[in-house]
Amino acid sequence: MERIEGLAKLTGRERYVDDLQVDGALWGMTVRSRAPRGRIREIRFDPAVDWSEIVVVDHRDIPGANEVLLIEPDQPVLAAERVRHVHEPVLLLAHPSREVVRRAAHAIEIEVDPEPPYLDVSVPPRPDQLQRGEDNVFKRLRIEKGDVDTALARAARVVEGEYRTGAQEHVYIETQGMLAWEENGVVFIKGSLQCPYYVHKAAIRALGREPDGVRIVQAATGGGFGGKEEYPSMIALHAALLTLAADRPVKIVYDRGEDMEATTKRHPAIVRHRTGVDADGRLVAQDIDVVMDGGAYVTLSPVVLSRGIIHASGPYRCENVRIHGRVMLTNSPPHGAFRGFGAPQTHFANERHMDVVAAAAGLDPIELRRRNLLLDGDETATGQRIVDGVDRIALLDQAVDLSGWREKEAAHAELARTDPWLRRGMGLACFHHGAGFTGSGEVMLASRLDVAGLPDGRVEVRSANIEMGQGTLTIFTAIAAARLGLAPSEVAIAEADTGRVPNSGPTVASRTAMIVGRLVEEACDDLRLRLGLPADARGEEIRQAVREHARATGEETVGRAEYEPPRGVLWDDATYRGDAYAAYGWGAYVAEVEVDLRTWATRVVDFVAVQDVGTVLHRTLAAGQVQGGVAQGIGWALMEECRWKDGAMQNAQLTNYIVPTSFDLPPIRVHFGETPWPGGPMGAKGLGELPIDGPAPAVVNAVARAIGVAPTEIPLTPERLMDLDRRAEGRHARIA
Amino acid sequence: MHGSPELPLSFTLNGDAVSVEADPAARLLDLLRYDLGMTGTKEGCGEGECGACTVWIDGLPADSCLVPAFQVDGREVRTIESVDPARLGPLLSSGATQCGACTPGVVMTGLWILENPGLLRSHAIRELMAGNLCRCTGYDGIIEGIEAALGTRS
Ligand code: FES
Ligand code: FES
Repeated sequence: MERIEGLAKLTGRERYVDDLQVDGALWGMTVRSRAPRGRIREIRFDPAVDWSEIVVVDHRDIPGANEVLLIEPDQPVLAAERVRHVHEPVLLLAHPSREVVRRAAHAIEIEVDPEPPYLDVSVPPRPDQLQRGEDNVFKRLRIEKGDVDTALARAARVVEGEYRTGAQEHVYIETQGMLAWEENGVVFIKGSLQCPYYVHKAAIRALGREPDGVRIVQAATGGGFGGKEEYPSMIALHAALLTLAADRPVKIVYDRGEDMEATTKRHPAIVRHRTGVDADGRLVAQDIDVVMDGGAYVTLSPVVLSRGIIHASGPYRCENVRIHGRVMLTNSPPHGAFRGFGAPQTHFANERHMDVVAAAAGLDPIELRRRNLLLDGDETATGQRIVDGVDRIALLDQAVDLSGWREKEAAHAELARTDPWLRRGMGLACFHHGAGFTGSGEVMLASRLDVAGLPDGRVEVRSANIEMGQGTLTIFTAIAAARLGLAPSEVAIAEADTGRVPNSGPTVASRTAMIVGRLVEEACDDLRLRLGLPADARGEEIRQAVREHARATGEETVGRAEYEPPRGVLWDDATYRGDAYAAYGWGAYVAEVEVDLRTWATRVVDFVAVQDVGTVLHRTLAAGQVQGGVAQGIGWALMEECRWKDGAMQNAQLTNYIVPTSFDLPPIRVHFGETPWPGGPMGAKGLGELPIDGPAPAVVNAVARAIGVAPTEIPLTPERLMDLDRRAEGRHARIA
Repeated sequence: MHGSPELPLSFTLNGDAVSVEADPAARLLDLLRYDLGMTGTKEGCGEGECGACTVWIDGLPADSCLVPAFQVDGREVRTIESVDPARLGPLLSSGATQCGACTPGVVMTGLWILENPGLLRSHAIRELMAGNLCRCTGYDGIIEGIEAALGTRS
């Protein structure tokens, strides 16, 4: 089966928000603070501009609460008195001409009396930098298992390390945008988004409306990667406020610069490890401290931290584990959801550290991991017993074999002897990723989904989960068609419109195929039941019953499903113990890199990605998820650097925020172990995020082995690598 | 605060003669998308980095976000709207598109390679495609699709 909307995309017929052209629509624009922290003293409008022809909105025009409601209501829709980051929205403008509204935005001066910003989480805040409680901490979390201190005291060896990861920009190729209009008293907001019901919840709060007074509709979405999880609520509210003020449709589409500087990024993190091993290199204690930079408002930081610390000790067996995490308020624009959601940061630290531990223990990185990988029946840091039948050591062995590790290491040694400048190395990472919301999250979401029988005999899946390139439309179609014995062309997927579809939860957390896909199966079963058909009815029987039922009753038959946790999955939020996720994907990635000692540039020359995510539902889509995730991970590891100054991103453009091109990457070789997971549709587990956890540590470990340095920070740019080598006595620094 | 005076402009668009009045400084991208309603060509960066806005001008791919509209006067412009869907099968099967935002640009550059296979004597496909950023596919699906269309891959 081909991607459902593939041809529409290949021919340019797919309609994204900026492609929707509405008669009489105005262009909206956001005016921002430009100061990292302070009190707004004055807003000056350049008298040379005719302001009577421009719609201007400020916080006083918000009919409901001035809150972008998500986990906490701390983030204002428009700043009223104070600002907390340089790109905080203060005013909104609209005009029929995009050029005019852009120039008008530049003709406004927002004067801010500055207050001292807090920008560096590696040092504690000074009293005059406090903005939340006594320490600027948004959230603290801890995981404790066994007796870490005693185990460290008794360990044969204790190895310490500190690792840092930088902010990462999503660079979805379609920038963010929203179109809002009012129709029969209902505010419609349509645009580029991952979570229609998040926007809906925020909109009814800020617009002061009943749930049916606002309708959120997804337009084709040109990539998300988490970047369109929370920020779209902000833009949606802005477009809605302008449409209410102007009484005309209003479209806001960010240009690349605004999108990069103002919207969320991956949380920067500092992770410290203290690891005890016994004489055989077995882990006896893991003491881990995680600090994340949350930016100016809470957004999703507590849950990013949660996923980060739960994955921080890696896919390994260890009796004594202590993980402390905190995420801090700073005066950067809020950091937020990005594919992996905290886990890539802690996996980078852990897998980089495992190579350091291996060296200290006198083992090669493969052997150290083989000795410590979780076996079926072992427990994770939260005390979750893993029994899913996946052979994690076999995955590692397969990745190593496919990469040609042993032969290549010999060739690399030969290269180092014969070539003055080029060095090659192999690097490895083992990792896991929990699919679905953390802990009791899925139970609290209580997702619902419908499958309706249409009068023409087809069925329609109604869910709030959206297509953003990852393949939701195709996967849901395939699941429903298989479950009911229908052709894919007999399955329609409803537009994600909160006026038409139930809340099946956000399109995040690798949950769509696994959790919501399972709901598609259950709603299909319920439809069959409601049609009065036996459990094995398929194809023609379904078609006929659907048509007859519609003829007889004049109504469609709707099969319904609601999430229920798999039996035996238990989690305690108070102690952070139990089954953190219903299922995990497992990965073993190997990178081969070449470092040029003249330029310090690192090139990834081969990449093998082996993973087990249960049954693969669609080979091309699944491979594409892995290849795209690996590419994004390699970018984060080697080149994607946000340069900050006074809380503002200095390189908010694709000219100097560099993402990998086709020429920067080797073919990504993808292999799947396929151990079916009975809780998922047709045996599938979540996949979308796993592939970004492994590339950074695999690549950096390879660089470390290629030239004998010990990098601890990404992105490992040529500059950073050169500095590192010079500090390590410049063994390779042959050109002064 | 209004736009500059408009200039008459004539060019060939996907084989048809087009005459418009346009702000001479307007970007070809905006002329296509907002004035002519041809929204298949996308904007990804507006500064010549991403290639989402790729069109052909006189047979060569160009970033339409960097081309002032007056420069296409008297020339031949080809956009994604002109592409025969029947030629896109290999790209569909290989997973060359995911979110689709880069895709029209990718297709326009890909077709240029397909119609000028001699380029491959001196350049790899990965090199020729390096002006089109894709954040979804990791490029493998794109490269494989072009190889399949060229018949260089079984
Ligand atoms: S929009 Fe023209 S190159 Fe990016
Ligand atoms: S398919 Fe999404 S950017 Fe290429």
